[in-house]
Amino acid sequence: MTTGLSRRDFLARSGALVVSFGLAPMLEPLASGQGPFDTHPSHIDPAKLDSWIAVAGDGFVTAYTGKCDFGQGIYTAQTQLVAEELCVALDRVRLIQCDTSVTPDQGTTSGSQSTPTNFNNSGLAQAAATAREALLKMAAQRFGVPASQLTAANGYCSAINGRRVSYRDLVADKRFNLTVDRKAKRRTPGEWTVLGKPVPSLDARELATGRFEFVHNIYVAGMLHGRLVRPPAVGATLVSVDGSSVRGIPGLVKVVVRKNFVGVVAEKQMQAVAAAGQLKVVWTSGIGLPAQQEFYDYIRKQPSRDVLMVDSQDVDQKLAQAATVLKSTYCHPYQAHGSIGASCAVADVQADRATVWSPTQSVYPTRQGVATLLGLPVDDVRVIFTRGAGCYGLNGADTVSFDAALLSQAVGRPVRAQLSRQDEMAWGENYGSACVIEQRAGVDPTGEIIAWHCEPWAVSLGGRPGYDRPGNVITGTLAGYEPHPITPQAASRPTGELDNGNNAVPSYVVGCIGDRCRGTGSIRSERVLTHTVKSPFFTGPLRSPLRLQNTFAHECFMDELSAHAKADPVAYRLRHLRDPRLIAVVKAAAQAAKWEARQSLNSEWRRGEIATGRGIACVAYEGDNGYVALIAEVEVHPESGRIQAKRFVVAQDCGPISNPAGVRNQIEGGILQGMSRALGEEVTWDDRAVTSTSWTSYHSLRLGIEVPVIESVLINRSDVEATGAGETAITVVAAAIGNAIFDATGARLRQIPFTPGRVKAAYDARG
Amino acid sequence: MGTISLRVNGAVHAVDVDPQTPLLYVLSDELRLRGPKFGCGLGQCGACTVLMDGRAVRSCVLPLSGVNRAEIVTLEGLGTSDKPHPIQQAFIDEEAAQCGFCLSGVILTAKAFLDQNPKATDDEIRQELGGVLCRCFVHVRMFKAIQRYAKTRRL
Repeated sequence: MTTGLSRRDFLARSGALVVSFGLAPMLEPLASGQGPFDTHPSHIDPAKLDSWIAVAGDGFVTAYTGKCDFGQGIYTAQTQLVAEELCVALDRVRLIQCDTSVTPDQGTTSGSQSTPTNFNNSGLAQAAATAREALLKMAAQRFGVPASQLTAANGYCSAINGRRVSYRDLVADKRFNLTVDRKAKRRTPGEWTVLGKPVPSLDARELATGRFEFVHNIYVAGMLHGRLVRPPAVGATLVSVDGSSVRGIPGLVKVVVRKNFVGVVAEKQMQAVAAAGQLKVVWTSGIGLPAQQEFYDYIRKQPSRDVLMVDSQDVDQKLAQAATVLKSTYCHPYQAHGSIGASCAVADVQADRATVWSPTQSVYPTRQGVATLLGLPVDDVRVIFTRGAGCYGLNGADTVSFDAALLSQAVGRPVRAQLSRQDEMAWGENYGSACVIEQRAGVDPTGEIIAWHCEPWAVSLGGRPGYDRPGNVITGTLAGYEPHPITPQAASRPTGELDNGNNAVPSYVVGCIGDRCRGTGSIRSERVLTHTVKSPFFTGPLRSPLRLQNTFAHECFMDELSAHAKADPVAYRLRHLRDPRLIAVVKAAAQAAKWEARQSLNSEWRRGEIATGRGIACVAYEGDNGYVALIAEVEVHPESGRIQAKRFVVAQDCGPISNPAGVRNQIEGGILQGMSRALGEEVTWDDRAVTSTSWTSYHSLRLGIEVPVIESVLINRSDVEATGAGETAITVVAAAIGNAIFDATGARLRQIPFTPGRVKAAYDARG
Repeated sequence: MGTISLRVNGAVHAVDVDPQTPLLYVLSDELRLRGPKFGCGLGQCGACTVLMDGRAVRSCVLPLSGVNRAEIVTLEGLGTSDKPHPIQQAFIDEEAAQCGFCLSGVILTAKAFLDQNPKATDDEIRQELGGVLCRCFVHVRMFKAIQRYAKTRRL
C-alpha cells in the first residue's frame, strides 16, 4: 500500500492473476474465483507454490501471507522478504495478507512467531525461494543451459552471455503447478540487497495523511450500525428485555437477543448509541467478585492446574544446606490491551454465506468461530483481515467480529459493530493475566546461588477462540458457548525437554529434564512449579503474555540476590549465565551504557534529594526466541514517590535482522509501553464489575510525558535463525525500572504498577 | 432531522442528520472521511481530533449543532499522499507511527498549537500533548517529528 491507493484500488490493480478475487470483496463476496487461479477457500494449500506466489501479466509479483500487520511492521518486512527472494525491487511486490478466501492458513499472527514462521526455511520465505528457482529452471530450459549458469535480478533471468528473459515472459498468467520445495536455496544475508536494509514502513504516507483504510472505515452498501448492551456485572444473566423502551427511537431496526447477548441495530450510528443507552434490560445480579485488595492472596487459595516445569529433586535439601535463603513474592495485576480505537468489525451475513471484515489476528480460526455462531458451513464464511487500532494481543477484535456477525444475521443486512470505550475495557477484551510469583533461593557463604525454587500463579479464563472455542471470548460466552475449562490437576514429573515458552523458568538455572538441559543458566538445583487458577475475568495474550510477569519476578529477585551478595548486578548475572547469546546482550548493553561495576544502592544519595539509580534486566524471550538486555536509568522523587525514567539502553539479538528500522521502532515502542504498564496500568474492579472503563480510570502514560532517551544496540547475526522482535524488549522493562529504583533508594518494588504510593511505602519499609 | 450545511476540507456538504449527532459520526459515516477516528467517544484520547477554524477539537463529543459556520479540516484535509503538509512530512520522515490510529490527535493538536504559538518551548509543546494518547508509544519519534515541524515554524 505504497502510493496512496485504497485497499480496494490496490487489490484491483494487482494484476491479471488476482483481479478475479481482487474486485470481489465489495461486489460479490463469495463468488467463485476468489483466490489465485480461482481457488476455493478450502483449496488453498500451503504445500502448493501457487498458494503463495503469483507473477502477474505486468511482471509484478503478488505474494499471499497468513501473517498480517497491526502496526508492528510485518507487512513491510514480508514485502522485503519477497522482493529479496524473487530478486525484484520492493515496489514490484504486492503483498496480500490474511483473507480466508485468498491466503494460506497460517493460524494466528501472534507470539512473535511471524518472523520465525515466514523468514526462516519455511512459509513465505521458502515459497519465494522456490519461485525464484523455478523461474531460473524455466529460463534454463528456454536457453538450453544449466540453471546454475543463470542469475536472477530485477525481474529477469540472465545468462552469462547476456541473454535474458523476464519473469513475465516465463510465467505471466500461468500457474507454477509446483509444490513448495523445502530444499530451495534461500538467499543468504551476505547476498541481501533489500532484506536487512532499513525500510520505512510502507503505510507511513497513507497513515500520516489520513488515507489508510482501517476496519473502522469499511462501508458496505446497505450497511447498518450496531451497538452492544453488555451485562452490568460479571456473571449476570439476562432476565428480560423491554423492547418498548426504545420504540420511539428513529432509525431503530431491531433489538437483537441471543441468550445473554444483547445488541441494537439502527440506520445511523447515533441512533444505535441512543437505543443501546435507552434499552431497558433486566439482569441477574451476577456472581460477585473477590475483593481486589486481597486478590493476590485469593489467587493462591484457589484450586489450580499445576505443571512442574523442572525439578532437580534436590532443591529442599540444598535450601536446607544454604548459608542464607532469600524469599520474595511478586505481584502483577490484570492489564488491558487498551487499544486506542475501540474495536470494530463489519459483517454481511446472508442466508447461505457470510463475509466479515475483521481486525482479528487469526482469520481462519475466527472464520470457524463465526461459522459455528451462525450455523453456516465454514467454507461459506469469508473473513477478511482489515486493520484495526494496534492490538498488542487479544483485544476486542475477535469478540466484535462475533458481535457483527450475530447482529447482521439477525437483521439480514450488513452491520458495522462498534464497541464503546466502556464495552472495550470491561466487556470487550481478554485482559493480560494477573500473577503472583513466589521466589526462593539458597546462597552459599560467598553469595553464589546454589538452588532456586519458583512458583508462579497465573489466572486464566478463555483466551483465543481457536478453531473450536467461541466461548473463549466474551461474545461467544454471552451467546451460549463455554470457555475452555480449567480443571484442577496436580503436577506430574516433567518429561521430554523444557519448553520455556512462558519464561516461567528463570534464566539462571540449567533447565534440565533428564539429561537434556535447555535452560540458559548454570544453577543445577532447580524447581519451577506453575499454577493456573480460574479467573473471574476473561484473559488472553497481551504483549509478552506471562513472559513479562515471570521475567519481572525473576529479574528483580536476581537483583535482590545480587544485592545480598554485595555484587555488581551485571557481573553477578554473568556468573550465573551460560547461554552465549544472552551473555552477549548483557555485555553489549553494559558496554553501551558505560555501566559502572559496583554493588547496588547508590551510596551518594541523601534523604530529601532526588535519587538516581540504574538497573539491569535480561531475558531469552520464550527461552530461545530473541535475546535482550535493558539498562534503565531513573530518578526517584522521594517526597512524591514519582518515578522519572531518564535513559534506556537496550541490546537485542533477534538473529538476522529483516528490517532494522522496523526493529528499532518496535524496541522503542515496547520500552515505553512497558514503562506505562510498570508505572500506571492496572485493571480495577468493585464487588460486581470492572471499574477501569475509560482513560481516566485506566492509567496509560500520555504523549505529554518527559520522554527518556532510548539507545538501541542491535546485534545482527547471520549464522542463526531469525527470531521474533516485537515482544522482546517490553519483557524486561518493569524489572529494569524496579531494579533502578532499588539502586537509587534501597526501596524494593514487588508489585506492579509502581504507583507513587507504592514507591513511598516501599521506601519507608526498606531495610 | 433536516439538512445541515457543513464546511469540511474546503468543500461545502449538506447532511441530513440529527443536529445532536457528534461531528465524528457525520465525518466518518456521512462524508466517509478516514482521518478522524472513533477512539473513546469521551473526548479522552484525541483520535477523533479535527481542526475547527484552526483550533484542535474532539469531534466525538462535539455535536454538529456546535459547528455552525466553522471551517473543519481533518487529517486528510491537510495534505495529500503525493503532497503531504510539512507536519505530515515530518511524521513520515521520522517514521513516527506504528498502527497510526492516533495520528489525527497527535498531528492536529501539535499543528494547531504551533500555528498559534510558533515560539513554544518543548515543555509547552509537551504540556499541550498531555491529553493525547498513543498506545503503541511512538512518543520518541512523534516528539522529534513535532520538533522538526516547530523548527520550520520558527524560521
